[in-house]
Amino acid sequence: MNRGATIPIADAGATTHRRSAFEYLTTKKDELVGWGRKFSIFPYPFVTACCAMEFMAVSSTPYDTDRFGAALPRFSPRQSDLLMVVGTVTHKQAPILLKVYEQMCEPKWVMAFGACATSGGFYQNYATLLGIDRIIPVDVYVPGCPPRPETVIDGIMQLQDRIARQRHPIVNDAF
Amino acid sequence: MSIELPSPVRAAFDAESEDAVVVNIGPSHPATHGTLQVIAALDGEKVQRVDVHCGYLHRGFEKECESHTWHNLMPYVDRLNYCSALINDFAYCDAVERLMGIEITPRCRYLRTLLSEYSRICDHLTCIAASLMELGAMTAFLYLVMLRDHMYEHLAALTGARVTYTYGRIGGLARDLPDGWLARLDEILVEFYEFTGRIHGLMDRNRIFIDRTRDVGAISSADALHWGFTGPILRSTGAAIDLRKDMPYLAYAELEFDVPVGINGDNYDRYYVRMREMDESIRMIRQLVGKLPQGPICVDDRRCTFPDKALVYREIQSLINHFKLVMDGPQVPAGEVYVGHEAPNGELGFYLVSDGSGTPYKVHVRSPSFVHMGGLHKLLEGYQLADIIPTFGSVNMIGGECDR
Amino acid sequence: MRDAILASLREAFAAPAEASIAHGTFVVALAPESVVATATRLRGEFGFDLLQDVTAVDWPRRALRFDVVWHFYSTTQRVRVRMKTAVGEAAPEVETLTGLYGSAGFMERECHDMYGIRFRGNRDLRPILLYEGFVGHPLRKDYAKEHEQPLVPYRDQQ
Repeated sequence: MNRGATIPIADAGATTHRRSAFEYLTTKKDELVGWGRKFSIFPYPFVTACCAMEFMAVSSTPYDTDRFGAALPRFSPRQSDLLMVVGTVTHKQAPILLKVYEQMCEPKWVMAFGACATSGGFYQNYATLLGIDRIIPVDVYVPGCPPRPETVIDGIMQLQDRIARQRHPIVNDAF
Repeated sequence: MSIELPSPVRAAFDAESEDAVVVNIGPSHPATHGTLQVIAALDGEKVQRVDVHCGYLHRGFEKECESHTWHNLMPYVDRLNYCSALINDFAYCDAVERLMGIEITPRCRYLRTLLSEYSRICDHLTCIAASLMELGAMTAFLYLVMLRDHMYEHLAALTGARVTYTYGRIGGLARDLPDGWLARLDEILVEFYEFTGRIHGLMDRNRIFIDRTRDVGAISSADALHWGFTGPILRSTGAAIDLRKDMPYLAYAELEFDVPVGINGDNYDRYYVRMREMDESIRMIRQLVGKLPQGPICVDDRRCTFPDKALVYREIQSLINHFKLVMDGPQVPAGEVYVGHEAPNGELGFYLVSDGSGTPYKVHVRSPSFVHMGGLHKLLEGYQLADIIPTFGSVNMIGGECDR
Repeated sequence: MRDAILASLREAFAAPAEASIAHGTFVVALAPESVVATATRLRGEFGFDLLQDVTAVDWPRRALRFDVVWHFYSTTQRVRVRMKTAVGEAAPEVETLTGLYGSAGFMERECHDMYGIRFRGNRDLRPILLYEGFVGHPLRKDYAKEHEQPLVPYRDQQ
């Protein structure tokens, strides 16, 4: 017998039906939360270097991150959820980056904007932190030196897909 | 995870030693252009004393240069003042060419001048856009960044990149103008007046803007010289000191242009000097387009110019020439030179020391922003906390250039 | 006119220093003790009102290892001067020029950071491009380019 999404189990009966309905609701809830979060990203532009020029370009016309709901920057880590690390992070700047990251509340995501934030770029020397993922976890890496605005938008869209796919279990399996 | 994070700087004063409130601004701050930290001792709203910390973007430019060839390090040079990357390229190439005793072709000279002025416009647009946005004028920011975006796309058609071009070559340029480039340049220059006309309309007689910038961050010419200010900041004090007029290089001696100066040396003057400098740049660009000669853009000197690719595949001498230039780099005779160009921020100097090989012994950048940071306290002390924002924006500290 | 000024500079500073003109710049090399006196004369008598640059060059195989180099510019006469002096590794010290030019402050701090040159009389030689806790002077030829000194422990080492 095929009851839609459920698998016929001998003693399942009404329990399975109820569980599948429950899962349908939680999936829809996850999609709703994901939709809400992905279209209301508040970036914290942790701007240091040349990539700032492309950050300025992508935030304003004609590239416009406001179409994705991600234009309104919040310069307080308490009020933002996307830490965009734009430009080279040096060892001198690293404690500040870590402090800002730790002050942000969950949910939070990190975008490594540009080659220097991703891996140190071509500054492979004593001064540069060779990639911010050495000190904080990164969700999306946007390559380029500096990346074209289209690349940044692609990065934002991929991050949005990731945010949309996240699960938000209300209860755990032990319930 | 909670670890004790060390402070990378030591303040000159702290809350106990000062009889004032000590406030930390930056280095991650919307208005500090990313990488400047200002520790201010306040008496109410008034800034009594300021301790400026830069160096948060020190990326080891000089050390990197010592392990690359004279050619290879061009991308690093670009990323000094990244708002006007072409000027950095050309200043560096000029310095190497003087050491090697190379004279660039006329077409190259005019093109470099044209592109330097074009880059100057991009830099001033960025500075004015950012500083106006920090005062709250978001519309002005959007207008100017849109115009700048058109210029970036235009330069991408020429060089392949929007922001950092690596277009200068020792002895010439990477490639010549594509078809239609000059026609599009004309369109952009017309558009420029439309956009900046709006900015003049929004800002010049705007009561709020005048209140926030007039007589704020003022400095006298004597003080400015004492603290090493050059460029628009020095000119805003009334001193008409401009390397393009005083020690002409490239094609500046053949051009007609004025050097705008200010009156008080305050923020309003710096804004206006930059707006007028952009107008003068356009005047120069139009003259250059009229005078642009035909001819090769790279000097015919096998010490630095790469041979034609077709020859490299056919003849052994071109092959070896190409190989040596790539692997060893152009051999620059031993010696040292200091060359200063008028960058949008002031005097950008390159002090090169060569030991006769294809890798530099020392490439030192005399950075205008760094020297200005040394004198920044003169502009901030005695004014209010909120004045730090427009003053700092008008100084146009570019992190890449300041910290190198 | 520039040649006349360069000639008069050469006459004024030729002895006991070493003077030459290279690429349009007047270059004078002298002993560390004469640095402040020469700079004072340049500023007072000859009108060199802008101190453009202070830096150093490392010649590890020389007896006096470091060359400290100053660049001056006169806005009225449009001429540049380069002043150099040599100091050894054991005592890399010169007098500060902060009494004459305010701009010397930050530039001397950078030179101290990168090469370890001490400027007597400059009370503020804190790290400016580097950070507190950084050991060594990176632009010296014996400092390895890749030798990092991280301030924050890496994630994979916790």
